[in-house]
Amino acid sequence: MFNYYLGLALRSLKRNIVLTALMIAAVGVGIGASMTTLTVFRAMDNDPIPQKSRQLFAVQIENWGPDNKSIVPGDEEHLQPQISYIDAVGLMNAKAAHRQSAMYKTGAALTPANGDLLPFQVQIRAAYTDFFSMFQTPFLVGGPWSADDDKNHADVAVITQKLNDKVFGGGNSVGKSINLDNHEFRVAGVLGTWAPTPQFYDLNNDQFGEGAEIYIPFTRAIDGQMQSWGNNNCNNDVGEPGWEGHLRSECVWMQFWVELPTAADVAAYRTFLSNYAADQQRSGRFHWPAHTHIRDVREWLVYQHAVRDEVRILVLVSFSFLLVCLLNAMGLMLAKIMGRAGDIGVRRALGASRRAIFGQCLIEAGVVGLAGGLLGLALTALGLMGLRSLLSEEVGRLTHFSPADITIAIVLAVLATTLAGLYPTWRAAQVQPAWQLKAQ
Amino acid sequence: MQFRPIISAMRRNKVGAILIAVQMAITLAILCNALFIIQQRVAASKRPSGADEANVVVLDNQWVGSPPDQLARQQADLAALRSLPGVQDAFATNTVPLTDSGSSTGVSLHPDQKSATASAALYFGDEHAIAALGLKLIAGRNFNSDEVVDKIGYNDLKPPASIIITKGLAEKLYPGANAVGQSIYDQVLKGQVPIVGVVDRLQVPWVSVAGFGGGFSDNSIIQPFRFLSPYPILYVMHVQPGQAATVIQSAPKKLFELSRARIIGKTRPMTLLRTEIYKDDKGLAVILAVVCAALLAVTAFGIVGLTSYWVAQRRRQIGIRRALGATRNAIIQYFQTENLLIAGAGAAIGVALAVSVNLWMVSAFAMQRLNTGYTLIGAVVVMLLGQAAVLWPALKAASIPPALATRAA
Repeated sequence: MFNYYLGLALRSLKRNIVLTALMIAAVGVGIGASMTTLTVFRAMDNDPIPQKSRQLFAVQIENWGPDNKSIVPGDEEHLQPQISYIDAVGLMNAKAAHRQSAMYKTGAALTPANGDLLPFQVQIRAAYTDFFSMFQTPFLVGGPWSADDDKNHADVAVITQKLNDKVFGGGNSVGKSINLDNHEFRVAGVLGTWAPTPQFYDLNNDQFGEGAEIYIPFTRAIDGQMQSWGNNNCNNDVGEPGWEGHLRSECVWMQFWVELPTAADVAAYRTFLSNYAADQQRSGRFHWPAHTHIRDVREWLVYQHAVRDEVRILVLVSFSFLLVCLLNAMGLMLAKIMGRAGDIGVRRALGASRRAIFGQCLIEAGVVGLAGGLLGLALTALGLMGLRSLLSEEVGRLTHFSPADITIAIVLAVLATTLAGLYPTWRAAQVQPAWQLKAQ
Repeated sequence: MQFRPIISAMRRNKVGAILIAVQMAITLAILCNALFIIQQRVAASKRPSGADEANVVVLDNQWVGSPPDQLARQQADLAALRSLPGVQDAFATNTVPLTDSGSSTGVSLHPDQKSATASAALYFGDEHAIAALGLKLIAGRNFNSDEVVDKIGYNDLKPPASIIITKGLAEKLYPGANAVGQSIYDQVLKGQVPIVGVVDRLQVPWVSVAGFGGGFSDNSIIQPFRFLSPYPILYVMHVQPGQAATVIQSAPKKLFELSRARIIGKTRPMTLLRTEIYKDDKGLAVILAVVCAALLAVTAFGIVGLTSYWVAQRRRQIGIRRALGATRNAIIQYFQTENLLIAGAGAAIGVALAVSVNLWMVSAFAMQRLNTGYTLIGAVVVMLLGQAAVLWPALKAASIPPALATRAA
């Protein structure tokens, strides 16, 4: 029966080729526009570490007090998105979580061993060894540095495959050394491709970028007086001059992540943080009962507005556009079906039930939807290409079509068009055979 | 023109008419909000930075390690750059406008003030800064060379001997008065600092309108510091008109001759900084414009399609009207009036929809309130669109011969 209806639908669509083309074009353009923006939206809204996003938490402490607004719009607890060095050290020493790492973005000049080559700039992330196990970074060779290296402020580094290719021409470089700002660092491991998008652990800069090329122990970076290359926010109290003064200040420039595998761990860590803040108040550092907060990866992305407003606006606009396209297709379908009232009347008179007419017309709508969806896919590919050329490299990186997007496009097209076809189809089923036959 | 027959005919085709009206309403709502966003983005991207962008070249310089003789090296670099053919002046600084990266501070008038009077961006530079950026000094004087001191990284917290501020900040701090000769209290560096000069304009480095810096985009301070930092710093050169491309080639080469223990990042004119920093805004505007054009086309084709169908449906009635003496014009007018009624209803709903969508976006996206002009433009555009789209089916209707009435059904 389905095949018969399909045949009927195709024949009917062929009979009024202009209306059919208009309908397919309308659905196609609508799907193309909405899928283009949806692809970018989904990439921004992506869960960068799905297997663990509910067990990893960003830590916040209200170290500026209630007189200072948060730089995060809408945060009523005056929490800053980063923490101070004082708190980074306090929380690291407490070791109250299953795994934990303070971290910050920095950078240096890398001087290649080959003297003919010029030094070049590298982005560095200073972190603790737990960073790698916590975020499950894939190692090609070697592995993270040890907890002892953290303790000893050791000159060790983990580098990315890309940097390994550039500096060592690929291969196993574990044990070799790289020169960062005139200091030699021993390579402990080489990371495979690892670029969680968005870069959830530090959303301050380059949210959709490639991340650091080199990782070194946090303690070593502090020893080397390596400044933050990310955001450094201070309230008016910037502390004493010099590096030591900066470390003792309430400036916030670090991220702090913990891994808490169970609900009990989460509850325990919350209690620990409240106690930590209360201790700071007792010691006289805070003159207020400080809020503390932990947010898991998904909550953190929402809190930090990882999806840009521009993209939300584009999604809104393009889906409204899709709605207009569907209304359009619906009007055309209505016109088409009512133009065929005579046919339908004959079929009804010959014994077709209302259900049969309904089914037949709905399949016709579905065929239009499918064709529109395919056209939409082609237009989406074109649209994404357009976006890549129009937008910055960082956002352009988010314009890649996944197989899931293709499914979404086709399902959306067929469903939406069938939905839009419901009313015209219902009208078709209402056709009174007697009237139509009389008019003939 | 008689409305009654049109309306009674429309009532027999309710759904079609409603579909067109709703399409037009949504089209209008999207159109005017999108146009408004486009206009805002374009206006934001055209705000002048205050610098002579076409003739300013910016170069990133980073030393390997922190050489102890950084000051001498920097002075040698700048002297070499100033002597390059085509370069008029040069200085070293922490940042320039259109980079989205910099440092800001709260500015107060007195030490005991609880909250700052204004926020301002900080630029570090010596007596060459104004000339090298091509700023316009409108009051007071430039820095004297004895006011300029070294600042070793951001953690060096000496207050400056004097500052030059922008007109925007001056008006905020001392409205209606001459700011030169007055002073500010620097909440961060803890010192009362005299204002010695005012420049017409020097935009903050951040370009976002709604985000950080958007609230104080005209407030900048130049502090007389020679900035020495392990961090990459910027060399800014003012070049003779037309010499930017040459200097972009010669400057890095010259610097590498002095020392190879450095990294020279990008060397580019400020005009390129502007293009890059506003790329996403411009992209958004283009995408919205394309969607708007597609939207108008789809709506127009929809009207053509449905009206053609109505014409086909009413061929006999039109023939009868023609036979009874209606002119071709009367037939055309019939369809045009019909469309005007539908479009009018659509526009009315659309204006309400546009305003509510905008109000929602104001709260959700920190967007500005929609200018009523845009809703009016939108309404006129969709109504004209309706008229244009209906013309072809209407002409087809007018060409139906009166003789059709005499033929059997």
